[in-house]
Amino acid sequence: METTAFQKIHTKIDQITKATCSLHATGVGNEEMALVNDRLAQVVKIEGDLVTLQVFSGTEGIPTNAEVVFLGHAPQLAVSDELAGRFFNAYGQPIDGGPEVDGKLIEIGGPSVNPVRRKQPSELIATGIAGIDLNNTLVTGQKIPFFADPDQPYNQVMAMVALRAKADKIILGGMGITNDDYLFFKNLFENAGAIDRIISFVNTTENPPVERLLVPDMALSAAEYFAVEKNQNVLVLLTDMTLYADALSIVSNRMDQIPSKDSMPGSLYSDLAKLYEKAVQFPDGGSITIIAVTTLSGGDITHAIPDNTGYITEGQLFLRKETDIGKVIIDPFRSLSRLKQLVIGKKTREDHPQVMNAAIRLYADAANAKTKIENGFDLTDYDKRTMSFAKDYANELLAIDINIEIDTMIDTAWRLFDKYFSPAETGIKAELVEKYGKQIV
Amino acid sequence: MATTGKVVGIISNLVVVKVNGPVSQNEICYIDHEAVKLMAEVIRIGSENAYIQVFESTRGLKTGTPVEFTGHMLEAILGPGILSKNFDGLQHDLDKMEGVFLQKGDYTHPLEVDKNWSFKPLAKVGDEVETGSWLGEVTENWIAHKIMVPFTSKGDFKVTKIVASGDYKIEDTIAVLEDAEGNNHPVSMIQKWPVKVPIKTYKNKPRPAKFLETGIRVIDSFTPIVEGGTGFIPGPFGTGKTVLQHALSKQADADMIVVAACGERANEVVEIFAEFPELDDPRTGRKLMERTTIIANTSNMPVAAREASVYTAMTIAEYYRSMGLKILLLADSTSRWAQALREMSNRMEELPGPDAFPMDLPAIISNFYSRAGFVNLKNGETGSVTFIGTVSPAGGNLKEPVTEATKKAARCFYALSQNRADSKRYPAIDAVESYSKYLEYPEYIDYVSKAISPNWVDNILQARNSLVRGRETYEQINILGDDGVPIEYHEIFWKSEVIDFVILQQDAFDKIDASTPINRQQYMLEKVLTINNTRFNFEHFEEVNPYFKKIINVLKQMNYSEFESEQFKKFEKELEEIINEKAVVETEQL
Repeated sequence: METTAFQKIHTKIDQITKATCSLHATGVGNEEMALVNDRLAQVVKIEGDLVTLQVFSGTEGIPTNAEVVFLGHAPQLAVSDELAGRFFNAYGQPIDGGPEVDGKLIEIGGPSVNPVRRKQPSELIATGIAGIDLNNTLVTGQKIPFFADPDQPYNQVMAMVALRAKADKIILGGMGITNDDYLFFKNLFENAGAIDRIISFVNTTENPPVERLLVPDMALSAAEYFAVEKNQNVLVLLTDMTLYADALSIVSNRMDQIPSKDSMPGSLYSDLAKLYEKAVQFPDGGSITIIAVTTLSGGDITHAIPDNTGYITEGQLFLRKETDIGKVIIDPFRSLSRLKQLVIGKKTREDHPQVMNAAIRLYADAANAKTKIENGFDLTDYDKRTMSFAKDYANELLAIDINIEIDTMIDTAWRLFDKYFSPAETGIKAELVEKYGKQIV
Repeated sequence: MATTGKVVGIISNLVVVKVNGPVSQNEICYIDHEAVKLMAEVIRIGSENAYIQVFESTRGLKTGTPVEFTGHMLEAILGPGILSKNFDGLQHDLDKMEGVFLQKGDYTHPLEVDKNWSFKPLAKVGDEVETGSWLGEVTENWIAHKIMVPFTSKGDFKVTKIVASGDYKIEDTIAVLEDAEGNNHPVSMIQKWPVKVPIKTYKNKPRPAKFLETGIRVIDSFTPIVEGGTGFIPGPFGTGKTVLQHALSKQADADMIVVAACGERANEVVEIFAEFPELDDPRTGRKLMERTTIIANTSNMPVAAREASVYTAMTIAEYYRSMGLKILLLADSTSRWAQALREMSNRMEELPGPDAFPMDLPAIISNFYSRAGFVNLKNGETGSVTFIGTVSPAGGNLKEPVTEATKKAARCFYALSQNRADSKRYPAIDAVESYSKYLEYPEYIDYVSKAISPNWVDNILQARNSLVRGRETYEQINILGDDGVPIEYHEIFWKSEVIDFVILQQDAFDKIDASTPINRQQYMLEKVLTINNTRFNFEHFEEVNPYFKKIINVLKQMNYSEFESEQFKKFEKELEEIINEKAVVETEQL
C-alpha cells in the first residue's frame, strides 16, 4: 500500500494515545484506511473535522508532525487463484518471500448473506475421529470451535481435521499464535502435499496485538471469493479467537468505552457473530465452514469469550484428558454439534442417532459409578459393567487418535453394547436392535 | 417543509446530524450516502444536533452528507399479504431483494402492490364504525383477513361508501368514512402503524384462562401456557432453547405464528425457511409456512434493527389479533435485543446500570411483555397474542439483568437446566424449578377441568410432588449410599424417574413422539400415576433399578408407537405383566 501522487498529506496531529491519533481533516470516510508515517491505520471516529485513527501497530515513536495520508478505501485484499499456497500477514502482504498477489481488490468485512438465499447445510464432513463423526458430526457451512485449555493439543487436532476433510481450500487465520505453532502448520501443510489448497493469514505473538483484528476478515474475505466465485467448499481455521477478543478489549479500552462482563466490550457478541456468521452454504454449491479455537482459562466456559462464542457457534468440541486410558478424548458430555441432526440417520445409517445417544447415556452412568467409588460406596453389578464399557468406549471411539469409517464406529458401539448390556439397558428401539444390533454381533 | 440536516459526526453506527428544523424523538430519517439512502432513527436530541442510530453499516460515510427527516416514527405496513412472508427487522421483504448478499439501502416493499385480492364487504353504507371496526375481508391463505378502520382514526365514523365484492389491489379505496365534522376519509386495504405503540382497539383485556396446546408434554402437563399468556425460556447455550421454540412454532394450536429471529444464528432461520414450506399443519391440512410470518434479523445483520425487529413482530401480531385470531409470537432471543440497547447506550455515553445495560431495561422489557394478552374485541369476538421469548443469560447465570427483568414480566418460567442437557434429558426444562402462574388461576382450573378432565390439575400436582420427593430421596441415597437407605427410597426415586423418562423427556426428532395431543398426554399421565401409586415388593435394592428400567423401556416404546395402535396395545399389555410381577395387590389410597 504505497502513497500515490496528488494525495493530500497531513502533517499536524492533535492528540496521540497508545493506540490512536487524532487530526483535523475533511472528506474522510468512516472505516477508511490511512498511513501514519507509513504505519497502517483506520478511521474509527469522526467528530466534525476531528478524525480519530486507530494505528494498528501502536503509536510508539509517532511525532505530532507525522505524515498522514488517507487511502480512500476500507481495508482491502487482492484475490485470485494466486492466493493458493501462500502465507500472508494481517494486512494481506506476503510473508513467504513470494511476489505480491495479482488480483481483484475487494474490501474485507463485506456485507452479510441474505438469510433467504442461504441453503440448509446438508453435506457431512468426515474426519475419521469418532468423537466427532459419531457423536458430534460436522456439516459443511457449520461454524464450530474447539474449547480447550492452553495445554491441550487443539492446533494439532484442528490441523488433522482440516487435512482429512475433503475441502477444496483450507484457509488458516492465525491470531497471536506462537512462531513455533506457525512453523508447525507450515511444515505440516507442506509435508501433507496439500500446500496448493492452503492459504494462511498469520499474526504471531511477535506482531502487534491490534493487527490481529484484521486476520479473520482477511481469511473470510478470501474464503468468500473461492466459495462464491469458484463454487468451492472452503474450510476456514481460526486460532485463537480468545486472543482476537483480547485485542478487541484493548481497543475498546483505549477508546474509553464502558466495559461489560470480564472487561470485554459490550459489542463482543455482535463482533464475534459478524465473523462466525460468514459460515454459509451458498445456493450454487460453494460453502464456507469455520472451525475455530477458543482457549479457556481453567476450563471456565462462563467467561464472556467462550460464553458469547457458545451462543453464536453451532456447537463446540471439548478436548479432555481421560486419565483412565491416558489419552486425549473428545468429551461427549460437553461437546455438541448442533447441525448433526441434519445428517445423522439421513446421510449415515438410520441406527446412528439412537446408538450415539445410548452410548453417551451409558458413559454417563459410568461417570456416576465413579462418583460412587469416590464417596466410598459399593458398586452394583450394573455399575461395574458400565465402568468396563466406559473404558472400551473411550479407547475405541472417543480417543482423538482414531481414524475409521462412520459405519465401523456404529458397529463398534453395537459390539460394546452386546459385550456388556442387555437390549433393555441400552433403551434402543426394539426394531433397530433386530435390524442392526443382532446382525453385527 | 421537511426537516433536513448534515452529518457532523460518526462513531460506528451512531451518527450526529446538525438539523435545520424540528425533529422528534424516534423519528425516521434517511442519509443520502453515495447512491443509496441509509435508514436511521433519532435516539437523542441535543440543541441543534440529532443523534441517530443507523440501521446499516456506516463504512465510507463522510461528514457533510445530507440527511432527510420523514416526520414519522418507525412504522409497519399492515394489510393482506403479511402471512408466509420473510421480513427483515424493518419489515422489508427479504425475498424481493436482489443477489446473495444484503446490499446497503436495499429497501423492499413488504406487500404486493399489484396483486388482486378478492374483497367481500362486511359493513354497509350508513353503518356507524370506529377504529378497528371490520369493514370487509379478503382470504389470505386460509385466514379471513379483516380490513379494518385504520387504528390511527379517532372518534365515530359513518360509512358513506363501500365497494361491492370483487378484486381490488391493496392501495385501492374500498370505503369512504365520514367523521363527526362531516369530513370524508378514504380507506384502502393497508394502513401504517408506529411499531413502538401498542394497538389498543379492543374493548378490554381479561385475565387469560384458555389452555393453549403445544404438544410438548412438560409444558402442557406441568407448566401450561394459555391463550394470551406470556412465558420465557432462559437457558445456557446448548440446552435446547431454539429446538424448543421450533417445536412450539410447529405444533402450537394457534391461527398464526410470528417468529422474530432476533440476533441469533442464520442457519436456524434457514431451517424454518427449508422445513416450514414442506411440513403439514394438522389443523388446516395446509403447509406450516401458510400460517407463519418470519422476522429475521440474524446476529450478523445490523445491530440497530434488532430492537426494531421485536417491535415489528409484535405489531404484526397485534394487527392479526384485532381480526379475532389466536396468535403465537416467539422471539429468539430477547437478550440480543437488550445487548443492542446496551451498545447504543454505551456509544451515547449514558451512565450504565447493572452489567453496563441501560437503567430503564426492566421497564422496556415489561412494557413489551404487557402488549401480549387475550382481548375481547368491540364486536364481541376474541383474539389473543401469546408471547414466549427466550433469554440467553451470560454465563448461564440467571441472576443477570435481562433474566431478572423478564422474570418480573412473564407469567411462565421455563428453566432449562444444564444438568439435564448434559445427560441428554430433552427437552431440558426443569419441571421442578419451572412454573406457570396460570396453574393457580381459578379461571384456568375451571377451564381445564371441563376441557381435559376434572382431576387434571390434581394429577399434575401429584406428579410434580413425586418429582420433588424423587429428587430429595436421590440426595439421601447419594449421601448415605445405596444400602444405607430403606429399599422404599429406591422405589420413590425410580418412580420419579418413570415420570421423568416417560412424561418429561420427549424426542423432538421422532415423528410420533415429537408432538403429543392432550388426550394422549392425559392417558399417559394417568398410566404413570397408577404406577406411582402402586406398591411393589422388592427383596433387595439391586432389584429396583433393573425392574423400573424395564417399565421405563416399555413405556417409552409406547411413546414411540401410534396412539392406541396394535403395537401400542401390545406394549401396554407387556407393561401390565411387568407390573403384576411385583405389585402388592391393594393400591395405595390418595
